[in-house]
Amino acid sequence: MAQVVQTHSAKPHLPPDGRQGFVSDWASDQQVFKNVSWGKAMMWIFLLSDTFIFGCFLIAYMTARMSTVVPWPNPSEVFALTIGGHDIPLILIAIMTFVLITSSGTMAMAVNYGYRRDRRMTALLMLVTAIFGAAFVGMQAFEWTKLIHEGVRPWENPWGAAQFGSTFFMITGFHGTHVTIGVIFLLIIARKVWRGDFDTERRGFFTSRKGRYEIVEITGLYWHFVDLVWVFIFAFFYLW
Amino acid sequence: MAQATVETSVHGAVPVSGEAEHQQHPIKLYLVVWGLLFVLSLCSYMVDYFGVQGLLRWSLIIVFMLLKAGLIVAFFMHMAWERLALIYAILLPPIAVLVFVALMVPEAHHTLLTRLAFFGATPGN
Repeated sequence: MAQVVQTHSAKPHLPPDGRQGFVSDWASDQQVFKNVSWGKAMMWIFLLSDTFIFGCFLIAYMTARMSTVVPWPNPSEVFALTIGGHDIPLILIAIMTFVLITSSGTMAMAVNYGYRRDRRMTALLMLVTAIFGAAFVGMQAFEWTKLIHEGVRPWENPWGAAQFGSTFFMITGFHGTHVTIGVIFLLIIARKVWRGDFDTERRGFFTSRKGRYEIVEITGLYWHFVDLVWVFIFAFFYLW
Repeated sequence: MAQATVETSVHGAVPVSGEAEHQQHPIKLYLVVWGLLFVLSLCSYMVDYFGVQGLLRWSLIIVFMLLKAGLIVAFFMHMAWERLALIYAILLPPIAVLVFVALMVPEAHHTLLTRLAFFGATPGN
């Protein structure tokens, strides 16, 4: 039995992909995720658990909104901004969406340059991603400030159902926290890339292990997930 | 049995060179996906801007949302190039969230009904 395991932990000869491969990957006494490192697999599993967290938030929001007898505030008006004398609906949220998508684009390119071992471009693109992320959090802080000044609280607001405030602060607050953590994560990894840690095999300050450029992709997975969650929040909370 | 062996060698030969080494895709692919995400976001914003209402609004929002989510997961997160073992492990469990939604819809209706019955308020929306 031990021999079988060893053959697989060496350079794996990949069984066929597709349904047949799915069955054999899961059925046999071996590593399930063949060409995926533990770091990447664990990030995916963490993201899955995070999916459930945000899923529960959005379901709670749906339940509150469906069962209230008081009208739900119209997000199109609540999040409108007056620019040059015109009320433009939802404009800040639209800009935030574009900023986050742009940051996802630069992140995807950073991952690409990471695998080409292009140290400077990778670090630079990660830094750009972090700046876009920080801009997103800044705009969110502006949005919160504006709403709080207008009298929105978790327990009341001037336009209708009280649950509007609680779900809004809960969902966007949790998402903003994720973005903030992502920015910190990006800056730490970008610094390591810039310093050439993955070329010189310098050991990490926390794990004392040698890092690989793969960490750029793992950071990217987290960052894209933050963007992904925003897609759902944008659709269900702001547009619905 | 013989057929299976043949298939193994045919399929097994392909991914080792392209996939086992880290994924290399042209930058152009990311730019195209990025452009599509921009267009889809603009479309969903336009739904609100032009005040589309009713069933059309909801279906458009959901369609644009799912397309954007699919593009991000498939290309930015490289799911399109992963093995089925990982794809199913990550993408199937969220079905439980949909089950939860299906459970909470009647629950919400029930809450609304009792609120109307006991507080006698008229439904808002």
